[in-house]
Amino acid sequence: MGSRASTLLREEEIEEIKKETGFSHSQITRLYSRFTSLDKGENGTLSREDFQRIPELAINPLGDRIINAFFPEGEDQVNFRGFMRTLAHFRPIEDNEKNKNPPTSEPLNSRTNKLLFAFRLYDLDRDDKISRDELLQVLRMMVGVNISDEQLGSIADRTIQEADTNGDNSISFSEFIKVLEKVDVEQKMSIRFLH
Amino acid sequence: MELFFNPFDNLVCILLGISFTVWFTSLLVFIIVPAIFGVSFGIRRLYMKSLLKIFEVRTWVVQRTHRPPEFEMSDIFYFARRGVESIMDDEVTKRFSAEELESWNLLTRSNHNFHYISLRLTVLWGLGLLIRYGILLPLRVTLAFTGVGLLVFLTSIVGLFPNGRMKNFMSEKVHLMCYRICVRALTAIITYHDSENKPKNGGICVANHTSPIDVIILASDGCYAMVGQIHGGLMGVIQRSMVKACPHIWFERSEVKDRHLVAKRLSDHVEDKSKLPILIFPEGTCINNTSVMMFKKGSFEIRATVYPVAIKYDPRFGDAFWNSSKFGMVNYLLRMMSSWAIVCSVWYLPPMSREEGEDAVQFANRVKAAIARQGGLVDLLWDGGLKRGKVKDTFKEEQQKLYSKMLVGTQEDRSRS
Repeated sequence: MGSRASTLLREEEIEEIKKETGFSHSQITRLYSRFTSLDKGENGTLSREDFQRIPELAINPLGDRIINAFFPEGEDQVNFRGFMRTLAHFRPIEDNEKNKNPPTSEPLNSRTNKLLFAFRLYDLDRDDKISRDELLQVLRMMVGVNISDEQLGSIADRTIQEADTNGDNSISFSEFIKVLEKVDVEQKMSIRFLH
Repeated sequence: MELFFNPFDNLVCILLGISFTVWFTSLLVFIIVPAIFGVSFGIRRLYMKSLLKIFEVRTWVVQRTHRPPEFEMSDIFYFARRGVESIMDDEVTKRFSAEELESWNLLTRSNHNFHYISLRLTVLWGLGLLIRYGILLPLRVTLAFTGVGLLVFLTSIVGLFPNGRMKNFMSEKVHLMCYRICVRALTAIITYHDSENKPKNGGICVANHTSPIDVIILASDGCYAMVGQIHGGLMGVIQRSMVKACPHIWFERSEVKDRHLVAKRLSDHVEDKSKLPILIFPEGTCINNTSVMMFKKGSFEIRATVYPVAIKYDPRFGDAFWNSSKFGMVNYLLRMMSSWAIVCSVWYLPPMSREEGEDAVQFANRVKAAIARQGGLVDLLWDGGLKRGKVKDTFKEEQQKLYSKMLVGTQEDRSRS
């Protein structure tokens, strides 16, 4: 009972996370229990190795990029707040209507924020632009060794050509949004929770 | 004059008649009769599951095939979503930690999510604590020492006898007696089902693995030849004296890696019909008794009858799962002996043999499915080795290959046009 008490989530924290992310009380406690089961070191934070221990994530071609999305610039540990903040991007948008206390600023799971999450998966050096090189690297992660450099290069070139409107040979966030305006982002970037 | 009955019409009538009969019979057998008796073949569930699976695949495929498939920046959404889904919950990591209970069984160790609820519950818990640690634990520890001590002592004595029927008979009695004492030391309440399928000499008994107690549970109902690595300390003493009474298969640490040596010793043992059936746990590690993980194929390569056994523990009385990364053996045994009881069911499944054209891996999976089905456990393809090791890169490469196929299809079309 001793060590567990210090890691139990306090009611105030749950309220804060609820306001910030929009998750419900039961969802937060469920995810907290998930967080602690992943936290093998039992120090209240997760490291990259803790994520890599999930086999289904380890075999995901973009596993490393997704793991990276949880860690702020230059940090190696993520606490429960950070964990929830990142997961909040995948909350379904319809759930916002059910929420009695809508957040004052843009919710983490808005269409724009979902797109921002995806944009950051491509943007390796976090300079708010997707260069041809970065696009190539991400493509390479997705296809492995099965496509030649030339083919991959032409795919990247075509993609940039179609998206780039200001001629700087890279894709900015607004250009990214424009390219994906017809895509049903809400449905593709949402995970339904089973209560 | 025309023939009244055109032979072709006759044939059509017969075919129609047959199809109607078949259709009605299937309707009756598969839908109506089960409905009357309240029995279900599970066809609707299977149908629903297949539909769901198809929807998942089709959505992914359909969106790619409406237009000529090309890379789109939105392709990343699929991988991102799947990745985050597995972070929220996955099928594998939860198998290596104790099962969560729906209601509290008054043991602190199963108290993950239940907080202080009421004074009455706390009092009950305190009472339970007193009983378990004050009365049950000392009793059980005494029994355990007695059981183990007798095992070592008596098997050494039996070992002095010359080989023969007398020795085997005595060895059997001694082993059974000592294991039964150990069973009482754990207050294990075991229900054995289908004992007519109990393993016979010259066979291999395979079972799902949850804890070292599995051995005691099975060995108190029948005699087996154990397989394992020789340990030092008390375990080693026990192992060495057991082998004096009847042949067990112990390996030196160095020999364990040599697969041919292992296979040879197992085959030699199996061929000698006077020797006891071998007991093996093909998962290779302890799983938390909610699923059966990949069976290592080694024991299925040997030409012998396999006797599958399913063991299912009832977690309400005490969780028997040994989380070896969290607890050492002694700690684990103390926890076992201070639980309420170990309640489990053992099912002896009918013997299976490798069929023509089946390789060891397919045979292993067939046996695994039978055990999972009987014990009500989830049949997983994942390797139990994932408890400690990393998943192989080949799985990731498979995913990459699938995705590439979709893209490369385009390139070929374009070069043709």
